Amino acid sequence: MNFEYSSQQVSIQQAIEKICASFDADYWLARDRDGVFPNEFVAAITAGGWLGIAMPEAYGGAGLGITETAIMAHTIARSGAGMTGASAVHLNLFGPNPIVVFGTEDQKQRFLPPLIQGQDRACFGVTEPDAGLNTTQLVTRAVRDGDHYVINGRKLWTTTAQTANKILLIVRTTALADCKKPTEGLSLFYTDLNRESIEVRGIEKMGRKAVDSNALFIDNLIVPIEDRIGEEGLGWKYLLHGLNPERILIAAEAVGLGQAALARASQYAKERVVFNRSIGKNQGIQHPLAVNWMELEAAQLMVQKAASLYDAGKPCGAEANSAKYLAAEAGLSACQRAVLTHGGMGYAKEYHVERYLREIMIPVIAPISQELIKSFIAEQVLGQDKSY
Amino acid sequence: MKVLVTAKRVVDYNVSIRVLSDNSGVDLNNVKMSVNPFDEIAIEEAVRLKEAGKVEEVIVLSIGTSASQEQIRTCLALGADRGILIETDVEVQPLAIAKCIKAIIDKEQPSLIITGKQAIDGDNSQTGQMVAALAGLAQATFASKIELNEDTATVTREIDGGLEVITVKLPAVVTTDLRLNEPRYASLPNIMKAKKKPVEVLTPEDLGVDVTPRVKTLKVTPPAERKAGIIVETVEALVDKLKNEAKVIS
Repeated sequence: MNFEYSSQQVSIQQAIEKICASFDADYWLARDRDGVFPNEFVAAITAGGWLGIAMPEAYGGAGLGITETAIMAHTIARSGAGMTGASAVHLNLFGPNPIVVFGTEDQKQRFLPPLIQGQDRACFGVTEPDAGLNTTQLVTRAVRDGDHYVINGRKLWTTTAQTANKILLIVRTTALADCKKPTEGLSLFYTDLNRESIEVRGIEKMGRKAVDSNALFIDNLIVPIEDRIGEEGLGWKYLLHGLNPERILIAAEAVGLGQAALARASQYAKERVVFNRSIGKNQGIQHPLAVNWMELEAAQLMVQKAASLYDAGKPCGAEANSAKYLAAEAGLSACQRAVLTHGGMGYAKEYHVERYLREIMIPVIAPISQELIKSFIAEQVLGQDKSY
Repeated sequence: MKVLVTAKRVVDYNVSIRVLSDNSGVDLNNVKMSVNPFDEIAIEEAVRLKEAGKVEEVIVLSIGTSASQEQIRTCLALGADRGILIETDVEVQPLAIAKCIKAIIDKEQPSLIITGKQAIDGDNSQTGQMVAALAGLAQATFASKIELNEDTATVTREIDGGLEVITVKLPAVVTTDLRLNEPRYASLPNIMKAKKKPVEVLTPEDLGVDVTPRVKTLKVTPPAERKAGIIVETVEALVDKLKNEAKVIS
């Protein structure tokens, strides 16, 4: 059992730290204020070849695992870029994996190199207004018409759809009523985000203002059959394939953001003098910070365990979900404590921690709720009856 | 042309150093380690010379524990072609380091040796000069510009009160100052390539070098904490304090 990063993993961490060092807290504060997509940051990440970290070498990627991808995501969030920085590149890192695993050679040649080089930007259309965690209840329909499909419906919470030119869509190709199981009849498409057929409406939200989340209204979108990934009706299976890596990455980001908050809180506790002594001298201030450190370290270990199981091709559902749960709890607790440590200043934007607190709610809520993870562990690990 | 560059493993410049409670040294437990920033500048310069077609091969050398492999890999990712680690657990001092570098110069016969002007741990600023003396080579220290000619190098040196331009015969030892260049970031494709580049591991014994420390560290203490300043109300009060309390003006 080895808990140390390899020299290559250290190189990855340090290289990302260096890129992030050019984008300081004021840069992210400004993006939080003006809501402009962090294009300069994404350009720097793209220039370093980082978007291809988990993509196969044959298509210009580095062919590394989710372990290294998680190190990258963690380092970005920890730099203070938080969820804004992480989400700006997140989907490109592991999102195209269904194409890698289930796509044809032609599709890989067409789709992967432009994604890795940053020419194409992808977004994901999974969630719908009436289907969130109950993904099998999706109703957006694709109807086959000769050599193409016609898609109609709605998607919700599609991140970066304002700037993306490609979309990975999961839709019903067979109506739920005609399927033996609700998990059947779904298909996966990777296609052009044609704005003539897709209306993208931004959602105003609590945090991460610079990275858009959207409602999509899809009206007679024509998708050529060559853009269907894998077989018709097996989309659910393909989607499942990416769930664990997604949770691991989000967890890594939550730990990173929590650590960024803790670093600010620790610094402030040392510097802030009240009653002629630094507030950090009070156990009421320093003990909660010590607890935050321990919780974040523990969550980080679970992230690494889940990632290394995944990379070894072993089942990691319980670990990936636990990592997401623990990281979100530890991150939330650290961000909250960072605001409280700053006292009144914690409420002021210029001290950055209030922004972290707003952003940490993302990994608490998404991509799966904390409650459903508990149900999953109770059922799948502890053999309890299904509760919902 | 071959260039030899050095890469010392040191505490990262962003880390605030803590002195051990027994005053025997600084705490290196769980501390981020990096390539000495001045060495990073040396590597960048060598890689730029290679990209300009003036140099064929860049060899990176580190002397220290096996963990120094990390720093060698970092330099390979920045564009060096191969690495040499002289592995030792002894705390190496400038003279021992210089002897090791001299042994590698004898072995590899580089035309140019670029090192940092100092490492940010000991801040000795001795190694480059000692290497030049031991190997009988020309030296150009504190370089802010290097131009390679056929068999000479024209080097701009940062000296007190200005710049000095000198020409040295190759092979020569050049030590880097801060303004020589701005090191690049390692890109992911280059980190991947670095994995496949060779690193040769030697020991001081292999090279016949005695690295036993000649200088003994008696005590390490943190600098005294600065006292808080005061805010004076008027210029007169300031002048008065400078004159009568600090006694820095008369």
